[in-house]
Amino acid sequence: MSKKYGIVIDVAKCTGCYACFLACKDENCGEAHPGYTEAQPMTGQYWLNITEVERGTFPKVKISHIPKLCNHCDNPGCMQMAENGAVYKRDDGIVIIDPEKAVGQKQIVNTCPYRVIFWNEEKQLPQKCDLCAHFLDQGFEKPRCVEMCPTGALVFGDLNDPNSEISKLVAEKKPYPLRPEFELGDNVLYLNVPKKFITGTVIYKDTDQCAKDVKVTLKGNGVEQSLETDVFGDFWFEGLESKTDYTVEIEAEGYKKVCLQARTMKDVDLGEIFLEK
Amino acid sequence: MAEKILTSCAIGGPVFVHVDDGRITKIRPIVFDENDPQPWTIEARGKKFTPPRQFSLGSYVVTQKSRIYSENRIKYPMKRVDFDPNGERNPQNRGKSGYARISWDEAFDILESEIRRIHATYGKAAIAACTSSHADFGLLQYKMGPFGRFWNMLGYTQILDNPDSWEGWHWGATHAWGYYWKLGISDNFGMLEEALKHTELLVMWGVDPNTSAGGYNGQDGCRWRWWCKELGMKMVFIDPWCNFTAATWADKWIAPYPATDAAMAEAIAYVWITEDTYDHWFVENKTLGFEEFKKHILGEEEGGFPRTPEWAAEICGVNARDIYVLAREWASKKTMLCTGSIYGVSGACRQPYATEWARLMVYLLAMRGLGADGCNTWGGASMAPPMDMDFRFFGYSDNGWDAFGIVAEETAQNSVKQKAYRLLLPECIMNEKTEWIGEGFCGNSLEQQLTRQVCPLPPEEGGAPIKMLYRQGGSFISTMTDTNRWPRMFQHPNLEFFVTADIHWQSETKFADLILPICSGFEKKDICELGAPGGYGANDMGANYRVIIYMNKCIEPLWESKSDYDIYCELAKRLGFYDRYTEGNTIEDWIRKVYNKSSMPEYMSFEEFKEKGYFVVPPPPPGTKAAVSNKWYYEDRECDVPDHKNPLKGTERAKMMGTPSGKIEFVSTFLQEHFPDDKERPVMGQFLPPWEGKGSPLEEKYPLVLMTPHMRFSYHTHFDNKSPWLDEIPAHRVVKDGYAYWIVRLHKVDAEARGIKNGDLVKLYNDRGAVLCVAHVTERMKPGVLMSYQAGAKYDPLEPGKPGSIDRGGCVNLLSPARMVSKNAPGMVSNSINVEIERWEV
Repeated sequence: MSKKYGIVIDVAKCTGCYACFLACKDENCGEAHPGYTEAQPMTGQYWLNITEVERGTFPKVKISHIPKLCNHCDNPGCMQMAENGAVYKRDDGIVIIDPEKAVGQKQIVNTCPYRVIFWNEEKQLPQKCDLCAHFLDQGFEKPRCVEMCPTGALVFGDLNDPNSEISKLVAEKKPYPLRPEFELGDNVLYLNVPKKFITGTVIYKDTDQCAKDVKVTLKGNGVEQSLETDVFGDFWFEGLESKTDYTVEIEAEGYKKVCLQARTMKDVDLGEIFLEK
Repeated sequence: MAEKILTSCAIGGPVFVHVDDGRITKIRPIVFDENDPQPWTIEARGKKFTPPRQFSLGSYVVTQKSRIYSENRIKYPMKRVDFDPNGERNPQNRGKSGYARISWDEAFDILESEIRRIHATYGKAAIAACTSSHADFGLLQYKMGPFGRFWNMLGYTQILDNPDSWEGWHWGATHAWGYYWKLGISDNFGMLEEALKHTELLVMWGVDPNTSAGGYNGQDGCRWRWWCKELGMKMVFIDPWCNFTAATWADKWIAPYPATDAAMAEAIAYVWITEDTYDHWFVENKTLGFEEFKKHILGEEEGGFPRTPEWAAEICGVNARDIYVLAREWASKKTMLCTGSIYGVSGACRQPYATEWARLMVYLLAMRGLGADGCNTWGGASMAPPMDMDFRFFGYSDNGWDAFGIVAEETAQNSVKQKAYRLLLPECIMNEKTEWIGEGFCGNSLEQQLTRQVCPLPPEEGGAPIKMLYRQGGSFISTMTDTNRWPRMFQHPNLEFFVTADIHWQSETKFADLILPICSGFEKKDICELGAPGGYGANDMGANYRVIIYMNKCIEPLWESKSDYDIYCELAKRLGFYDRYTEGNTIEDWIRKVYNKSSMPEYMSFEEFKEKGYFVVPPPPPGTKAAVSNKWYYEDRECDVPDHKNPLKGTERAKMMGTPSGKIEFVSTFLQEHFPDDKERPVMGQFLPPWEGKGSPLEEKYPLVLMTPHMRFSYHTHFDNKSPWLDEIPAHRVVKDGYAYWIVRLHKVDAEARGIKNGDLVKLYNDRGAVLCVAHVTERMKPGVLMSYQAGAKYDPLEPGKPGSIDRGGCVNLLSPARMVSKNAPGMVSNSINVEIERWEV
C-alpha cells in the first residue's frame, strides 16, 4: 500500500511559540524548491499560520493556539478547479501546486475553504505548503514545522502504516478535521480544538470560603454531566456547543440548591456563586 | 555546488546550518543520528518519560537566517559626517547626523589615534567599554573572550553589570539563604526526576517559563512541564497578567497588582502559622530568627498588625479566600515553588523592594521544609534533567572576563581600578561625581554588596572622567531603565568619542561617532557547550542533553564585517600587545586547546569531532541517583550537588547554607551588622508598600501600572527588528499603516474608559517619556495593569536626536524609573511603572 502522509495537531500541547510558523518561513521564504514550490515572498504569506483564540473573561481566561496549514485533502477542491493538471496529489498523499503549470491560475486560491492558498502577485502564482515534500524526498524524516515543535504537539507520519506513531494516535485519540463539514478528507487532524466553556466559582456565603468538592451539574443540548468543584471552588465545563442553552445546578449539603441559566454565545463565566443556608 | 550541513550553536541551541554555494539556506535543530547516545528515561508513578533525540530550539532562533542576511546589518565601517577627530566633534548632533562610509584602515587609524590621545591626555581610566549579552553564543568568541581579554590587557574603566534579570534574588535572597555564589538563586540539580517522582503542586510565582525559555537551553523544558500536567500535578500561577504559560496550562491564575506579591507571601505565612501547618522541625533546626518573623506575621511586634489574607487581599486586589486555599493546598501537598533560577527570573524580582519578595519566597520554602521529598525550588520547572556532570567542559565565564585564559598562559588583568555601573552610566559620564554601592555581580561574597563606589575615582587612585566609550554589541537604550538618559549622555560634550561595534543597526548605533561592522556568530569559528554559561551559572542545565558543538564558520563574513577578535587583534597589533593577546594562536589553535583540556579527547579525536560537528555527552546510566539541590541541607548532610562554585564544599561548613550563621535566616545577621537601620531593606524581609506602582504617590497622576517582563519573541535586542518574520507574529508586533508597532496589552475596562479599541494606536506615557504602541485589549490583563514586553530593539523617536521625544519603535523602558530597588539594593525596576495611556491620532 502506498503511503499517506498526515499530521495530527494536539492543540492542548501547543504553547503558541511560533517555532513551526518560523521554521516554515525559514524553509520557504526566498527559497525556491524547483519542481515543488516557487520561493515564498519574504512576508505576507503564511503556509502555516497560527490562530490565537482567547476565551473567557478576567480572571477566568484561557488561550489556545491553532496551527493551520494545507490539509493535503483526499478530495482537494484546489485540484478540481486547477486547469491543465496544475495541482496534483502524489502517491504519498501530498498535494502539490505545480509552480510552472499554475502560473496565472488565480482561481485556485479561492477554492480552498481553509484559506491556506496564497496569491503571489509578482509571480502570478498560487502557492501553499508542500508538506516539505522537497525535504522529505531528500531523506529527512519530518517537515520543518513538525521537527521544530518543542512539545510534540505536531505528529507527522504515514496514516496508512498501522504501526506509525500517527496511526496509533489516530486509533487511540480519534482526532478530527478542523472543519468536518467541508468534507474534504483532511489529512491534518486535530485534538483538543477549543469549544465553549461554562465556568463559575462557588463560595459558601456564611463563611466566605471557597466551596470545594461541590457537585455541579450541567444540563442542555440533550446531555447531562456532573463534576465537582476544585479547591478554589471553581468548575469548568469544557467542550460545549456554541449558541446553546444550558442549565447549571449546584448542590451542597446544608445549602440551598442554586440553578443558573447560561447561553453559550461565547464562553461563559457565571462569576462568584454564593451558596446560602 | 552540493549542499553542506555544518554545525553551530545559536543563542537558543545547537543547530545544523545548511549551506549551498556559500549561502545559508536553512537553520535547523541538531537531530541526533544512530551513533549518538540513547536518551535517559525517568520512571515515575508508573510512567516512563524519555526525551526526543534532538534539541528543541528557541523559536526566534529559527529567524537566524533572516537575521544574518538582514538589510539592517551594518555593512561597512562608517564615520559620522560631522565628527572630525582633529576638529569639531559636534557631540550635540549625535542621533541626528548621517554617516559616511570609510575604509577599515581609516577606521583603525581613528581608533588608534583616539585611544592614544585619550591615554595621553586623561589616562587609561578615561576609556570605558561595555558589551552586550546574548547576541550570539560561543565560548571563546562570546563577550568574555575577545572583549574581556583586549580591554583588560589595555586597562579600562569596566562598566559593572547589574544582575538585571534577577535583582531581588541577588540583593535580597542572598541574605536569607546565602547562595551568593549563584548570585542569589539556589542551584537546581536533580530536580526534574525529583518533581516527577514526588511533587503534587507547582506554584509558578511571577514566571512565564514557556516564554522566557528559548535562550540558552531552548525549549526542552516545555515538554517536562507537559509531563507534569500528564501526571496530574496542578499548576497555580501568580502574575498580574495571565502570561502565556498560565493562559495555556494553568489550573488557577491569581493576579495581584505588581509589587504587592510580598503581602500575599506574608498572608500565606500567616495561614501556615495560625493553622500550625508549617515544618516545625525545619524552622527550629535549620533557620534563624523565625520567632521574630512569627511575631511580625501575627502582629505581635510593636505597632504591628496581623498579616491576614484579608489584609493582603486588599493590597493585592485578590480574594482573601483564594489566598487561604493556596496556602492550604501548598501546606497539604508536596510543592515545588517554581521561581528563581535561570528561567524563574524577570517577574516579581524586578519591582520596587523586590528584595522583600525574594526573601519571603525563601522564608516560605523554609516553612515547608526546603529539600524534603518533592518540596523545593525549581525555577520555572525548567531545570535539571539527568546529566553526567563529571564530563568536563567549560562555560564562557569560567575564567571571568578572559575566556581565552581558560587555556592561555596569561589571563589578562585590568590595571585600572575605576569602575562605572551600568544602571548609572549616563550619570557617570555626565556628572562630576557618581556614587553607588556594591560591585554589580557580587558572586564572591556578601561583602561585595557593601563596597562604596565612586566614579570617577580620584586621580591619585588612577581615576579619570570617562571621555571615550567603546560599545561592543547590543543596546542599553531599550534594556536599561529611564532610557532617555542615554540619548542625553550620548549628546553630552563630556563624551568625546563614542564607538559602536555591532552586527546590526541597534537603537544606540546612530549616536556613534565611529561604527564598526561585526560578523554574526555564523561567520566565525568557535567551540562551546550548549547553554553553558559557566561561572556563577556553572552546571545550570535546562536542556535534555549536554551537547558540545564545533561552531563552524558557515559562511564568510558578509559585506565588510569582521569578528570582534579580528578587530581587537589589529588594535592590539597597533598598540603593541598583539603577541600577548594571541600568544601566537589562531582561533583554531585556541579551539583545539579548549578541546584538549576538556573530557572530549577521551571520546574522540579533534578531527573526528570537527568532522561530525557535535558530541552528545552520554547520559548517566539508568538507575543513577542524582543529588538533589537543598536535599543535603534538609537531611543534614554535606552538600553533595555538583555545584563547583559553592565555597563551603569540602570545608567544615559543608552542611551549611551560605549565610553567616550557616542557616536560612529570617533575620539577616549580615544586614543586622551592616544596615541595622535600613527601612527599605529591613533586617527581616517583609512587605513594604512600593514607591512606584499601585498605591504609590505617582498613582494620582498616572493611575495605571505598567509591567515590562522579558520578551517572548526576541532575546533582549538581538532578534526584534532583525527579521521581517517576527513582525508577522501578532503577539510580537502589529503592522499598522505600514509600520510594525510594539504592543501594549490592557483590559477592556481600562480601554473603554479611555475610548481605546483593540488595534488602536495609543500613546503610553508618564513624566519620563512617551511611546506609541498598538493596543491589544485582552481579558488576560488585570484591570488597572498594563503589560508591554521589556522593550523592542527599535528606538525610533519622532524627533530624531531629541531626548524625550515620543518614540514609535516600542522602547517602553523610556518609561521605567531610574530609581533602584532600594537605597542599598542597586537593582533595576521595570515591572511596576505608573503610566497613563490615550488614543493617538496620526
